[in-house]
Amino acid sequence: MTSADKTAETGVIQTGPVQDKFLGIPIKAMTRRRLANFRANKRGFWSLWIFLILFVLSLGAELVANDKPFLVRYDGGWYFPAFVSYPETTFGGDLPTETDYRDRFVESQIRDKGWILWPPVPFSYATINYELPTPAPSPPTAVNWLGTDDQGRDVVARLIYGFRISVLFGLTLTVLSSVIGIAAGAVQGYFGGLIDLLFQRFIEVWSGLPTLYLLIILASIVQPNFWWLLGIMLLFSWMGLVNLVRAEFLRARNFDYVRAARALGVSDPVIIVRHVLPNAMVATLTFLPFILSGSVTTLTALDFLGFGLPIGSPSLGELLNQGKNNLQAPWLGIAGFLVVAIMLSLLVFIGEAVRDAFDPRKLTT
Amino acid sequence: MSAEPLLEVSDLVKHFPIRRGVLFPRQVGAVRAVDGVSFTVARGETLGLVGESGSGKSTLARVLLCLLQATSGQVKFEGRDILGNGVDEMRLLRQSMQMVFQDPFSSLNPRMTAGDAIAESLRVYGIASGAALKARVVDLLDRVGLDTEAARRFPHEFSGGQRQRIGIARALAISPKLVICDEPVSALDVSVQAQVINLLQDLQEELGLTYLFISHDLSIVKHVSDRVAVMYLGKLVEIGEAEELFRAPLHPYTEALLSAIPEPDADRKRDQVLLEGDIPSPANPPSGCRFHTRCRYAMPICSQSEPQLTDAGGDHLVACHLRT
Repeated sequence: MTSADKTAETGVIQTGPVQDKFLGIPIKAMTRRRLANFRANKRGFWSLWIFLILFVLSLGAELVANDKPFLVRYDGGWYFPAFVSYPETTFGGDLPTETDYRDRFVESQIRDKGWILWPPVPFSYATINYELPTPAPSPPTAVNWLGTDDQGRDVVARLIYGFRISVLFGLTLTVLSSVIGIAAGAVQGYFGGLIDLLFQRFIEVWSGLPTLYLLIILASIVQPNFWWLLGIMLLFSWMGLVNLVRAEFLRARNFDYVRAARALGVSDPVIIVRHVLPNAMVATLTFLPFILSGSVTTLTALDFLGFGLPIGSPSLGELLNQGKNNLQAPWLGIAGFLVVAIMLSLLVFIGEAVRDAFDPRKLTT
Repeated sequence: MSAEPLLEVSDLVKHFPIRRGVLFPRQVGAVRAVDGVSFTVARGETLGLVGESGSGKSTLARVLLCLLQATSGQVKFEGRDILGNGVDEMRLLRQSMQMVFQDPFSSLNPRMTAGDAIAESLRVYGIASGAALKARVVDLLDRVGLDTEAARRFPHEFSGGQRQRIGIARALAISPKLVICDEPVSALDVSVQAQVINLLQDLQEELGLTYLFISHDLSIVKHVSDRVAVMYLGKLVEIGEAEELFRAPLHPYTEALLSAIPEPDADRKRDQVLLEGDIPSPANPPSGCRFHTRCRYAMPICSQSEPQLTDAGGDHLVACHLRT
């Protein structure tokens, strides 16, 4: 480790007596301004909070929508079915298999000697409601708030789990493809010459491969799961940022301040990270919300076409497909559409606010 | 002048190759930005380097700092050859040679505070850290006439002159011996130019700096330089003591440049030498003396043989057939 790397973390020269802090962590003056700018954008700020609340709630989806109660009081003992598997014999049943808490008999057994605390939505994404008043897909009722899909599964539960998997997929894909894309673009743009030429030709060839067909072919060989899909998408999505970052680096490597840093004897990796990258990040950040919403859309589209997550997985695309196949049950399509639309809008609003906050020309508001 | 010059440049050449062909690029020519330049800079002096745009002044500066690789030639700094050195030696060398850039708007990273920009080199070389670093930055800011508060601000919050002061503070941070000023004031307002020039001169006195001062503004060069070198199309055409050179220019190009200096007295009659046309392309320089296409004294020999830089007496060197 060179001394430059070590000292790179020491931060700004603080001449004033006050050290800025955010969540107890000392921050640079610039970070403080960015935070202030972000807060000043009301729409983005509220979007972030709404999105975070939805995301955190969906991370604990097992506690919000589940066919297992999270607390059972039975015969003087405490039980946590959402986390621990209990055989039916525990509650006076006959079978040694896991308890079906939705079973009338089991429920009455437990209620005799205690009580059950259900999550707000007493269905998991795969729970089939066999007690529907009308044939599936059944319209919204007090039990199934948004009705059920064509297999009698609760739409609310599927939306919650589908939201979670979409956001996780989008975030992972965005982070991974950004890291790879920025690194590849930075190397190409900064060093230029032969490296740049070879890399560009490779990218041209690579981007010519049809992603969708590869996925269809792959789907016939293996059952694509979350990680397979992520891997395949990542193989192609990293190219989205390369040209942008490369162009920024090609421009910036001849800036006088990069020359000045070179004249000062700053090493190439440090110049890339400290001088060029932060200035290339604005353009990059502008694209990130679109990559994120694009990733979510891609997964939804694949699910819609039936080449996405395995059958039975909670997915927004699959719900939309059901909505298309069951036009007589508009609650399917409308619910799916609203969740996708609200999620994407929130992401774009947040992205815009982040982008504006990072704009160096907009430092005072 | 002391016995050993601080910087000794001999026969320095920088050609930019021009390549043609997509699959099998071959070199079809070269832009001769710097084409065999020799001069010395003595310790503590200011050497002015003038010439119109395109004459290779900035390229020369970048080659001296090894920002560009020289095609051939030799550069000695304190007697040591600095071209073709290893990376580690280069880093050491850069501690004693720094540059002030032309455009104070593009030479400062917009995302780094002034304090960070100045402190960067101190960190890179591990010269100071913590409280010592802070003190050094404050001291540097003070030297260039900025207050302590400036360390926390970003480049866009400063005026052009203030930014150039930061650029100067950054160059001075690691106590260099030689500072190459590449048109340090040409991007500034005239009123601010004088301030920055005076600052540079004060710093030279205080710190015993040596300057290579590149400019196309002859009035400024006249004001700051001990000696002046005139460059035309990649070559030095004249070099000598500033006063001597301005009083009695020997090369016709210098003569033309000097006559372009605005005269405060508008009524005074003077012999104006107008240069016709543009500077020829350095990719295809004229034969013989490079200036003969625009020279009003051109003789047949000028297009045939290239004049050498020869001493015309009193350390005044000139490359012209008229004077030999």
